[in-house]
Amino acid sequence: MLSNIGSILVLLILSLSLLIIHNAYLEIKTNNQLIKKRIYNLSLFQTTFTILSFFTLILGFIYSDFSIVNVYENSHTAKPLFYKIAGTWGNHEGSLLLWINILVLFSYLFLIFNQQHDKKFRLYTLIFQNFLILGFVIFLLLNSNPFSSIYPVPLEGLGLNPILQDPALAIHPPLLYIGFVGCSIYFSAAIASILSEYNGKQFALSIKSWVQISWVFQTVGITVGSIWAYYELGWGGFWFWDPVENASLLPWFAISALMHSIMVLEKRNSLYEWVIILCLSTFILSVTGTFLVRSGILNSVHTFASDPSRGLYILFFLSLMIFTSLIIFFKKRKKENYNFNSNSKETFILANNWFMVFFLATVLIGTLYPIFLDVLTDIKVSVGPPFYNIVIIPLVIPFLILMTLGPKFSWINSKKEKLYKTLYVLLGAIIINLFLFYLFGNYGLYANLILIAATFLILHSILDAKKSIKNKKRFEYSRIISHLGFGLLVFFIGINHQHSVETDFNLKIGETKILNNYELFFENIKIEQNKNYKSVVGEFKITELKKKNIQYLNPEIRIYANPETLTYEAAIKSKISSDLYLTMSNVSRSDFYNIKFQNKPFMIWIWISAFMIALGGFVQLLQKKNES
Amino acid sequence: MKVNFLKIIIFSFVIFFLLIFWLGLKKDNSYNTKNLIGHRISSFQLPSIHNNDLISDEVLKQNQFTLINFFASWCAPCRIEHQYLIKIANQNKNVKILGINFKDKKINALDFLSKLGDPYNFVAEDPDGKASILFGTYGIPESILINKELNIIKKIIGPIDQKQFEEILKLTQ
Repeated sequence: MLSNIGSILVLLILSLSLLIIHNAYLEIKTNNQLIKKRIYNLSLFQTTFTILSFFTLILGFIYSDFSIVNVYENSHTAKPLFYKIAGTWGNHEGSLLLWINILVLFSYLFLIFNQQHDKKFRLYTLIFQNFLILGFVIFLLLNSNPFSSIYPVPLEGLGLNPILQDPALAIHPPLLYIGFVGCSIYFSAAIASILSEYNGKQFALSIKSWVQISWVFQTVGITVGSIWAYYELGWGGFWFWDPVENASLLPWFAISALMHSIMVLEKRNSLYEWVIILCLSTFILSVTGTFLVRSGILNSVHTFASDPSRGLYILFFLSLMIFTSLIIFFKKRKKENYNFNSNSKETFILANNWFMVFFLATVLIGTLYPIFLDVLTDIKVSVGPPFYNIVIIPLVIPFLILMTLGPKFSWINSKKEKLYKTLYVLLGAIIINLFLFYLFGNYGLYANLILIAATFLILHSILDAKKSIKNKKRFEYSRIISHLGFGLLVFFIGINHQHSVETDFNLKIGETKILNNYELFFENIKIEQNKNYKSVVGEFKITELKKKNIQYLNPEIRIYANPETLTYEAAIKSKISSDLYLTMSNVSRSDFYNIKFQNKPFMIWIWISAFMIALGGFVQLLQKKNES
Repeated sequence: MKVNFLKIIIFSFVIFFLLIFWLGLKKDNSYNTKNLIGHRISSFQLPSIHNNDLISDEVLKQNQFTLINFFASWCAPCRIEHQYLIKIANQNKNVKILGINFKDKKINALDFLSKLGDPYNFVAEDPDGKASILFGTYGIPESILINKELNIIKKIIGPIDQKQFEEILKLTQ
């Protein structure tokens, strides 16, 4: 029943897409100033049906309607309601439907919120957005239909992978999808802008909020994913340079570059071509990422049940997107000469963009190199943290410094300002670093320079914040928050990286282990029966020797029944200054448990700083709303 | 002219990338150990299940051919392939069979052999499965056929069936 309703709704979305393309195309040729009511209505219908189709699937999961294959494969009656709902997007088919929802919703919102813009530009955007919708709906119908039914109806479902049954992971995919799929709207708008020969400044104004929205969601989405990895995967790390994590970083670099260069287009009506390229590549990179993840070409923690025909379709669609945009771009491109003064804001923004492109290229090469090597020579390699550390770390230093100095310059040409204040701040940063060096003990040259540069940015941002509050320059808040967040992020990652303690050993119940400053006592284990899993909970007493501070940590081994899986849940005690992190796993056929104990300074601050970066973008969105 | 050059570079780059992706899709990504064929097995030393002797790669040098078979009493497909191991032991005296008992309990393994028959010339135990990793195994049953020089001639992932049984006989004639 639900499966039929769902399928009909998907077919309706498909036909509405075709109708919208047809009507919008006819509408471009007319001389009316306003877009016909009919197109708005079609778009509204499309949005309604899309949202309804998604709710139909959610209902299927809530009521455990196992006549739908997707529900049967990914749900179970014994699952808590929250995870039943989250299961809707915890699989390939459901997430594709969510993906289509965002495409459609953004298409509609862009249409109604940009009424002051040129008609032709808006209609072309609508047409291209609907081509994207069409492409993904066909993909859904061809080989990823979430509404496929089975008969006879199974009595029980197969269950959701337990590792996905986690609150952070329930929200991680929707956040990322809004971030990544949200880019589609300015991909379409960029093509529309070239085709309708739209004014650069106007184009920038029309897409700015959309860029900010998707940037905020991407930033938060990536951070939440990282938090999940830290809690759930049980290695105590928060970034693994896993190919799929990298795939999520690629569009993020492009969009961060776009966030900056769009200001140049808005304020100076320059860099039009470059902004277009960034708009196009952000979404192309998002789809490339999707291809890498869903086709099974990569092996990682994110591997979906892979199916080569899916990969083939996405690859086909990706090629179509790339070639269409390249051909349109080259056909209609307008040459533009840039002539920026070296002491202008524009130059620094361009510098930011070059760094972003460099980071993007590094991560792209690191991610694709193993695939290329495997395909061309059959050699299997994996590119890990050492590569990224060597290539990225040295460049973070000048990046941080330029990030500090850039905002001090004004548009076009800045007057020679007194730089001595900045030098004082730099001196302050060096002194703070000396103090830290004394406190934490030796670390290498790069670590020193990074900490100095990060402190420089932090101090400078704080001074800027003070100044802009005093002068009531509210438009500066968002930049200051984001830059401060970035400075703090680098700072805390630096300290965390240098001073994490990690040990691995075997322990029996009743034994005690002493590790430099901590005493670890394995008191007992107890068995708990929960709704959909059984768990073996370890009871550990951890005493900080110097302060005689006692804490209890309870790592778990969970045994899930549907599907039968073991997961290891880390016990984490977060404090302002550091995290204690403990995981245990059983050693087969012995009384020993393998214990991994870590002390990680300032973990919580890494998350706070990352959220702060996103907060900056959010503040900017709010301010814009208040203005209008 | 300059613009055309740029276009050609960009387009060829894109085509190259997409082509690699396409080839990557067609490539079989599943784990296989075909590339191990022709390589010498790594040295090992494992305790025998029957007594206190140590079985090492040196011992295997005396055999014309050795079939190294990874098995366990808890492994159902191992029971299915067992009849072929017995056939090999009976029909071809060129081949000696070394069984490596993988993540198993000694009592259960001995029980398994007494009930189903013992085709093995040697049986070594690997209770935590660590030594088996050296051989490139990733699940059982798995078998490796080596020659006198201890080079791998054939690797079988999964249970030995009629076809593979015949092939082993052919290779060891």
